[in-house]
Amino acid sequence: MVSASAPAWRKLVVRIPYIWLFAFFLVPFLIVLKISLSQTALAQPPYTPVLDLAAGWRGLVAFFSGLSFDNYRLLASDPLYVLSYVKSVEIAAFSTLILLVVGYPIAYAIARTPRRWQAALVLLTILPFWTSMLIRIYAWMNILQHDGPLNQLLMALAIVKEPPVWLSTPTAIYIGVVYSYLPFMVLPLYASLEKIDEALIEAAADLGCPRWKIFWLVTLPLSSAGMVAGVLLCFIPIVGEFVIPDLLGGSSEPMIGQTIWMEFFGNKDWPAASAVAVVLVCLLVTPIVIYQNQAMRVVERD
Amino acid sequence: MLNVETKQAFVPLTEPSSRPILRIESLSKRFGRSTVVDQLSLDIYEGEFFALLGPSGCGKTTLLRMIAGFERPNNGRILLDEVDLASIPAYRRPVNMMFQSYALFPHLNVQANIAFGLKQERWPRREIARRVAHILALVKLEGLAKRKPHELSGGQRQRVALARSLVKRPRVLLLDEPMAALDKKLRRETQAELIALQRQLGLTFVIVTHDQSEAMTVADRIGVMDQGRLVQVGPAPEIYEEPKSRWVADFVGEVNLFEGRLGDDLRSVEATPAGSLHAALKPDATPGATVWVAVRPEKIRITRDQPVPTPENCIAGKVVEVGYLGETSIYKVRVGENCVVKAALANVGSGGHRVAAVDDDVWLSFPAYAAAVLTQ
Repeated sequence: MVSASAPAWRKLVVRIPYIWLFAFFLVPFLIVLKISLSQTALAQPPYTPVLDLAAGWRGLVAFFSGLSFDNYRLLASDPLYVLSYVKSVEIAAFSTLILLVVGYPIAYAIARTPRRWQAALVLLTILPFWTSMLIRIYAWMNILQHDGPLNQLLMALAIVKEPPVWLSTPTAIYIGVVYSYLPFMVLPLYASLEKIDEALIEAAADLGCPRWKIFWLVTLPLSSAGMVAGVLLCFIPIVGEFVIPDLLGGSSEPMIGQTIWMEFFGNKDWPAASAVAVVLVCLLVTPIVIYQNQAMRVVERD
Repeated sequence: MLNVETKQAFVPLTEPSSRPILRIESLSKRFGRSTVVDQLSLDIYEGEFFALLGPSGCGKTTLLRMIAGFERPNNGRILLDEVDLASIPAYRRPVNMMFQSYALFPHLNVQANIAFGLKQERWPRREIARRVAHILALVKLEGLAKRKPHELSGGQRQRVALARSLVKRPRVLLLDEPMAALDKKLRRETQAELIALQRQLGLTFVIVTHDQSEAMTVADRIGVMDQGRLVQVGPAPEIYEEPKSRWVADFVGEVNLFEGRLGDDLRSVEATPAGSLHAALKPDATPGATVWVAVRPEKIRITRDQPVPTPENCIAGKVVEVGYLGETSIYKVRVGENCVVKAALANVGSGGHRVAAVDDDVWLSFPAYAAAVLTQ
């Protein structure tokens, strides 16, 4: 009895992640996909067709014949959506680049401090997470407002004559995004930099390599896995970011998260919102596939 | 067991052509409050294979790292070809190091690993390729040039590391425990190849090891280190046969030590636990001083009957333990009240034949020239 039940248990344990992904990713995604193929209606739920199982086979046929790609045609025809995608990818790409440039030296510095200090420094990196993200973004609204601390400082130091406008500009979005996502860049970079054997650095020096060149020839290539992980961990969520652009960036040039919100709550157009979301998922699958390939290469190498 | 005869001893001091290539002058290194290298002076000669031998933590690796430029000495000087290395950073020193962990670049293949040092010197591409191919042939790694380090066996990785450190033809090659990760059989083969390679290239090698048989096999001269100091420097037979102290005698191989009082003729030692013993060489001490007679186990004969003619040193005892080691057997023999003497005998017979068994009464004998008298 025991020997027969043990493999069954093991099978279940192995399958839990699949069950999880099925129930909480695939099923919701299929529901969203279905809604994106529907039309808006003044009803509850606010779209048609709705599957009527009581009608049997006729109901099923009516259900499938009611689906259409109209919403996707709308996305392609209205520049609002295309611009929104372009803006989201642009902001995500540039802020990821800034994060890489800012995060790399931080991660490098942490990895090179004495080991007993490293844990404390890593903790400090993630310390902002102990406060709610919403509160931190509100704090930035306060800092960036017209007579806020930033402008007061700039005026006091006589760097600017007139207080510049920060809020509702792309700059404010970049500040908020870089500030919020920094730990997601620093942690994977630190993890890969910390693994680099000090003897490799010494070996490169021994073979005639000055300090700066060691960085280019040894440190940077050996931290590539951390860079790829950090870039994807930042880029993917930033593309769909809603709170930061909504609070700091205003609504004149919405990012895709804001567009979805607008369709959903403003226009009550669930099908259009779903279509925007499905296209976003398809856009983001590309970098994830690249990441998977990279990860597989790393696994093979180790 | 110790292949001291496998190579021609290189005696730098008697060869007129040799001059010190590396000169270490009262070098000290402290980490915090502990002194790791303490006022150490040493000359290493051109073309020499020098071994720094000592237990772990004796400062031998730190000394090597100071020569390479990875550690800064607190005091003293290191001169290479009469040039003080103090102001020269590691990357500009004409020495190379082979690391204990090999430190191969995991993202580069074998060829790129070996070419790394040459590329830093901006050699022409074809010359780099030619030299890499040459060194690959020398360490018998042809055909593996395109492999990444993780696709190689431990022994192959070791050869790549060796090739990488040799390809720039350093003035001095530093080897930090280069064979520690190899199994015993592979280590023996590699030792022989290392000697051949050093002779062929005519380079100066400084090896750090804690394995006394490895040091004796490969090195022309050995520097025995303890607690940051060099306690004895000399060719392997000298270190083994004429140790300067009990510590050296004990660290370099097995030894039996008998404490006693130096006799009036300076050749006999009285009142040892094994009675009165005799040595051939006079120590630098006065009669009546406390000294120790050191005898290697393999120099002691063990017989059931008292040998005739009786050698200078002949002691009666009782076997308490016999350890079979394959090529030799170790007999532990109780002499007097609480003195146990170790004697090693080659197992020349077959079928587990033994001279004596536990509880047998036996005679231990050794000539005067087999014993050394130590004063410290």
